[in-house]
Amino acid sequence: MLDATDEGYVTSDGRKIGDVLMEMKNITLRFGGVKAITDISFDIRQGEIRAIIGPNGAGKSSMLNVISGFYVPQEGEVWYKGQKRPQMKPFQVAQLGIARTFQNIALFEGMTVLDNVMTGRLNYMKTNLFQQALWKGKAEEEETKNREVVEKVIDFLEIQSIRKTPVSRLPYGLKKRVELARALAAEPSLLLLDEPMAGMNVEEKEDMSRFVLDVNDEFGTTIALIEHDMGVVMDLSDRVVVMDYGKKIGDGTPDEIRNNQAVIDAYLGVAHD
Amino acid sequence: MAQSSQATGGLGSVPALLLRNAAEFGDKPAYREKEFGIWQSWTWKETEQEIRNLALGLMNLGVNEGDFVAIIGNNRPHLYWGMVAAQWVGAIPVPLYQDSAAEEMAYVLDHCGARFVIAEDQEQVDKVIEVQDRLHQFEHLIYLDPRGMRKYDHAHLHEYTHVQEQGHAARDEFTPELEKRGAKLTYDSVCVMLYTSGTTGKPKGVVLSNRNIIETAKSSAEFDNLTPGEEILAYLPMAWVGDFIFSIGQAFWTGFCVNCPESPDTVAADLREIGPTYYFAPPRVFETQLTNVMIRMEDAGRLKKWLFDTFMAHARRVGPDILDGKPVGAWDRFKYWLGDLFIYGPLKNTLGFSKVRVGYTAGEAIGPEIFDFYRSLGINLKQLYGQTEASVFITVQPDGEVRSDTVGVPAPGVELRIGDSGEVYYRSPGVFEYYFKNEESTKSTKDEEGWVATGDAGFIEPDTGHLRIIDRAKDVGKMVDGSLFAPKYVENKLKFYPNILEAVVFGNNRDKCMAFINIDLSAVGNWAERNNIAYSSYQELAGHPKVYEMIQNHVEEVNASVAQDEMLSGCQVHRFLILHKELDADDGEMTRTRKVRRRIVEEKFADLIEALYGGKTEQYTETEVTYEDGRKGKISATLEIRDAKVVPVTTQKVAAE
Repeated sequence: MLDATDEGYVTSDGRKIGDVLMEMKNITLRFGGVKAITDISFDIRQGEIRAIIGPNGAGKSSMLNVISGFYVPQEGEVWYKGQKRPQMKPFQVAQLGIARTFQNIALFEGMTVLDNVMTGRLNYMKTNLFQQALWKGKAEEEETKNREVVEKVIDFLEIQSIRKTPVSRLPYGLKKRVELARALAAEPSLLLLDEPMAGMNVEEKEDMSRFVLDVNDEFGTTIALIEHDMGVVMDLSDRVVVMDYGKKIGDGTPDEIRNNQAVIDAYLGVAHD
Repeated sequence: MAQSSQATGGLGSVPALLLRNAAEFGDKPAYREKEFGIWQSWTWKETEQEIRNLALGLMNLGVNEGDFVAIIGNNRPHLYWGMVAAQWVGAIPVPLYQDSAAEEMAYVLDHCGARFVIAEDQEQVDKVIEVQDRLHQFEHLIYLDPRGMRKYDHAHLHEYTHVQEQGHAARDEFTPELEKRGAKLTYDSVCVMLYTSGTTGKPKGVVLSNRNIIETAKSSAEFDNLTPGEEILAYLPMAWVGDFIFSIGQAFWTGFCVNCPESPDTVAADLREIGPTYYFAPPRVFETQLTNVMIRMEDAGRLKKWLFDTFMAHARRVGPDILDGKPVGAWDRFKYWLGDLFIYGPLKNTLGFSKVRVGYTAGEAIGPEIFDFYRSLGINLKQLYGQTEASVFITVQPDGEVRSDTVGVPAPGVELRIGDSGEVYYRSPGVFEYYFKNEESTKSTKDEEGWVATGDAGFIEPDTGHLRIIDRAKDVGKMVDGSLFAPKYVENKLKFYPNILEAVVFGNNRDKCMAFINIDLSAVGNWAERNNIAYSSYQELAGHPKVYEMIQNHVEEVNASVAQDEMLSGCQVHRFLILHKELDADDGEMTRTRKVRRRIVEEKFADLIEALYGGKTEQYTETEVTYEDGRKGKISATLEIRDAKVVPVTTQKVAAE
């Protein structure tokens, strides 16, 4: 289907997918005696929407945590922007331009939407506590600049009406959107979405899908997402990695995955003899 | 004032007014819009530049004189400019309802033969693209918000700002032609074409001339002493004639500032920030606001609730009199002043009404309680009666003569006449030119002397000269025993209860009246919450026995009040049911301005009507519904039917003879 050469490829809707942005090489992750991920390799290319799918317990979230640097694999290497990534703290990963959302929403419940989204700009704030307290000159200028970016994100995700609402008062679907807003505020080069549609109704899913596509289209952000809803995955993503019991059982375009026997077996079940 | 000293002869069109405003109030804000959390503003000078660039851009794209340019979207300054730019190049702007489905849009676009469309965003663009194959004359689409548009084929698609840039770049080439076309505009040239929402049948294109719009704007602005300092919030559909008169007509005539909300969801917050001095809203908006206030007060602490109730009772007693400048005792005044300090003032501020000097409501009857509530707070809320065909104004309430049961005296320049059948006729400088491509309707609506039939039945009160509207003329009927049947009269009484969102009363050519009720989900939902009534859906709540009980009480109270009116006492509701779904414009049951389409409801729910008259106590029904994206589905329910007590009436027939 695709000519996945080193120079990238062109999607069916005409987007140009570029060089490899991140590459996972032979990753193995163990928790004590349990192997969560076994020898998995794949790459994420500049500008593409890459999905990781698999049945429950397949190791998808572990994989995402490896990408985000939260888990350190016992074996294998993570290459990012052409360099091998050393072991890092999460905030250092964030500074590299990787932002994420969480499966079970991790927002500051007592703070307003605006403040939550502002926290996404933390890496761009250079003034110290003292300057912030005085708030004249540099700190004010910095806040104005960052607020501008945040307002663009708020406009983009159409959450103007809840700008000043405390997060705890929002319904689930909107909280998910606020999480996406916070991740976008960091202007990431790689955006990780952990089950962005989980627990949503059809309409909310449609909205979220539209936003994911628009983010990719408008800002050229590379997106890696985990998702259960097969319909959503097949519609959204350019390439899909399929995992089962910690192993990679398929990798390719949605069409290729749909016709992959191993994938069909994993999802529909097959008699083990 | 500056404008009244000028001869209107030189200002025969909206673009001419634009040039005057740019010269006279050049540095005064003309438009504001909240974008990225900040109010962005444009002065009249900047507005003129923006519109000029767009007009040049439109010429560059090939817009000819007499072309139709459709405008689709929420209230945004750029879309208002689109209308004026279209006028400037000699084209005719046609604003469309932004929430109409692609199908409805196709009819209007095809009917006027629009060659150009200016759309707000991807959502609107998608709708136009969906139906473009059926539109023969359609050529170019201009969009405002580029989000999500990158991948579209841009052969006939243009970004708004690019059109402006190209227009600006080609200014040397096109300016002389633009000036020439602008100079050709007169009082008689077409200013705008607005499609009526069509309570019956297909929408009709109402053609309004510059004379209609400017004369109306002028006399209504003088009536309420509007100044260039007014601030309004433009949030009602751009396709509605009222918005055109306020946000274009009056705004350009007096030079006041039009503020556009950030998004339709933020109107309440934007209203508070702007604090308009001149405000317009249909009764529904006031109702919703009042319901919200009451719901929040129900949840408030006991002291707060007591303060609120006590001072509101006082306000209801003396507030309207103070507003009308009638004599009120010093002690009452003092108490009102205290109340204003602690309750009314903060409440008005929360609602965004602190600065309202003149407020209008129209479109439907407003409940006396709702009306009095706002007036008692000191908000000068008045009613007007109008139509698209009249460029809005037919009657208005002058300051000091405001009542909830009349719609006021004839607006300046308007003549009124009541026909033999009780129908109201009017004649004014605002009377429309004609219905586009519909000579027949034009003839049947407007006679040779310029009198227009409103389609409403009403009468003029002999002692005050105020007009009172009873109902739509064609809805007013007779019952079997000969007594008058005026459904709207009863429905309005029902709708004045916060728990009832909509009511439809049947009874024409029948012996008794029956009713469909729609509950108001926010009010009834809140009531259910406070009374520990669990429900999982609208349908379940609507069918709850306790809800039925509550609605039954309302119906019986209405019956008692209807019985008081000799002429209409036959219209008491004998039996009713609560509908399992909200009447919706998407399902064709209502117009886009949320008026019930009686015929369609009658056809669609024929089984339920039959059950009401057949004496059944419940009825199973299946209803087709249309989702927002146009897909269809079905919902089914078994509805309970209840009897309501009626007050026996003996003098029923006297008035009907």
